[in-house]
Amino acid sequence: MSTQEDVDASKANELARTDDEPIRILDADGNVLPNASVPDLSAEELRSMYEDIALARRFDERAISLQRQGRIATYAPMTGQEGAQVATGYALEERDWLFPTYREHAAKYVHGMSLESLLKPLRGHRDGYAIPDDVNVLPEYIPIATQLPQAVGMAWGHQLQGRVEEAVLCHFGDGATSEGDFHEGLNFAGVFDVPAVFVCNNNQWAISVPRERQTASETLAQKAQAYGIEGVRVDGLDPLATYEVTRAALRKAKEPTDGERRPTLIEAVQYRYGAHTTADDPSVYREDDEGDAWREKDPLERLRNYLYSEGILDDERDGEITERVETKIDDAIAAAESAESDPDSLFEHVYDEPPARLREQREELNALREKYGDDAFSEVLE
Amino acid sequence: MSSASSAESDEDGSGQSTESTGSGESTESGDERLTLVEAVCDGLYTEMSADDRVVVLGEDVGKNGGVFRATEGLYEAFGDDRVVDTPLAESGIVGTGIGLALSGMRPVAEIQFMGFSYPAFDQLVSHAARFRSRSHGAYTVPMVVRMPYGGGIRAPEHHSESKEAFFAHEPGLKVVAPSTPSDAKGLLTAAIRDPDPVVFLEPKLIYRAFREAVPTGSYEVPLSDAAIRREGSDVTVYAWGAMTRPALIAADNVADEYGVDVELVDLRTLSPLDVETIVDSFEKTGRAVIVHEGPKTGGLGAEVAATIQERAVLYQEAPIKRVTGFDAPVPLHSLEDFYLPQAVRIQDGILETVAF
Repeated sequence: MSTQEDVDASKANELARTDDEPIRILDADGNVLPNASVPDLSAEELRSMYEDIALARRFDERAISLQRQGRIATYAPMTGQEGAQVATGYALEERDWLFPTYREHAAKYVHGMSLESLLKPLRGHRDGYAIPDDVNVLPEYIPIATQLPQAVGMAWGHQLQGRVEEAVLCHFGDGATSEGDFHEGLNFAGVFDVPAVFVCNNNQWAISVPRERQTASETLAQKAQAYGIEGVRVDGLDPLATYEVTRAALRKAKEPTDGERRPTLIEAVQYRYGAHTTADDPSVYREDDEGDAWREKDPLERLRNYLYSEGILDDERDGEITERVETKIDDAIAAAESAESDPDSLFEHVYDEPPARLREQREELNALREKYGDDAFSEVLE
Repeated sequence: MSSASSAESDEDGSGQSTESTGSGESTESGDERLTLVEAVCDGLYTEMSADDRVVVLGEDVGKNGGVFRATEGLYEAFGDDRVVDTPLAESGIVGTGIGLALSGMRPVAEIQFMGFSYPAFDQLVSHAARFRSRSHGAYTVPMVVRMPYGGGIRAPEHHSESKEAFFAHEPGLKVVAPSTPSDAKGLLTAAIRDPDPVVFLEPKLIYRAFREAVPTGSYEVPLSDAAIRREGSDVTVYAWGAMTRPALIAADNVADEYGVDVELVDLRTLSPLDVETIVDSFEKTGRAVIVHEGPKTGGLGAEVAATIQERAVLYQEAPIKRVTGFDAPVPLHSLEDFYLPQAVRIQDGILETVAF
């Protein structure tokens, strides 16, 4: 989302502090902190950012409900993390590239994917992963941390082709920092000094394993030091701070000043309000009230309060947003629920040219469908 | 044998496996009606109680009791020294598992889904599988790596893989895939006690599909014997794991509707194969249908077919049929039924083979 071409380099350096306290712009009530400056975003852009966070929150509620009704399969909720997803998305320019995980629904939406396309894989339709030509989003990564080396490779390739203006932004969670691919990716990023930004959405929990059991490191951002790149901690529940830090990191990735390395590891400190997925029950492994302190810093409330205090948002506009969000989601659900997958399509896109053996298997299945009818394939096995 | 045999028996691995169901009547202290996943948990509990060296490690196996509840209650029973929530790192889990085994422990590592085992592949094939041969027997890796595998549960992408052939291809690894609760417990016990590394594949589609009597206490199902689930004379169907269920349905259907008498061989241990049972059955029927979820090309069905060819070609009455997953990625759930071998496809394969 292109909103601002240049960020003041001195401000960027100021943001990149080395202490462990996450960078914040808004306090828990949405007031601008002393000595903090708000990003250079127009009232319209700020309202749009707020609307997308509100949409993400509502999408999550609706998706969880759909799953409970059996209308979609397992879903990974993002409530509490929408602020960071949307804010990092707003920091991207359209030509930048996004590497999302299975939880970055809102990040994908903000960078150009339709809501319908987010819902289709949850309905079992793989064409939801079909990326439109003008959208620079990779299909979501489900195996953990595998996207890091790939994001580095793409950024490296852009650099080799003189396309450093197309930066790469790669999402992952706190659990991913334990995988070998995290190390290998960041190590290559440092060695080849590639235009990439790594956003670690530290939501404190990798399914049932808390952050402190994931690593003995004090912070996740400090791991950057070992790779010779910059590490920054930001309050991931503060959309404005997350936007500003990401914006600065992307600026540096594309146009490093003397002595700056292009890559940045951003640790966006946040909290997974809900379950890992709809198949998970967090009450088994964490206290119910653990999230209370985090919810007091809620990204949606915080940004709403800020926008109200600035006169950018009022009840009337907020009401319009709520209505618009509901309509967008209703439309997306209706479209996703009317979609169907042709069984024949499971043979498509395996190779550029389907090998004879695969064509034969396709004919075999279609002959059986003809002979017995499609219903015969879904008869209950028990 | 899927009925109980004491831990000490069957040292020579001669247990014949001809019973038609894994009904698991207990010969000792009674039994409980368990699902397959409960039987896995019971097997872990029983073996951990008997042997202090047995430790369980993996992602979410402790407090959470495993994402499929396969380790439920173990953390409370044995503490966090023996039921270990690890960092999120499959290579780390299997690599440290190897080290634990080298130190004299008996690790049971869990990989949450088979589709996430690949970061650990190097540790499994380059090291676990060949410590014995590289060290001329000085070092061995008595480790079990448990992995839920297979499709049919409307899971997201990468959660439905059935790539047993990757592991069966590797000399030095044993590969097991139970299809009944009583087998799951007995095979897991044998796997934990086995002096070599075992990849233990759990068919998550039938984790809770049915209950059966599972003996309480300790018993082994040897890692050497296939089981004959249904005796027949016209055609042999070879299957394992979750696919034994549709295979059995197809067998009953063709018996009722066409009077075709199917013998169903459940391989149970995929490496090493029970060549004797495979060949004996084929010599009886002269016709074979092999069923597996994984892709056809390079699947374990090819190994079974080639083994039959090598040993019993003169008994052959028809081409050997494979009913398998296709040579394409497992589709998302709306099309899963068309990818997995369903009873209808197996039935069609049986009839085609018999009609030849």
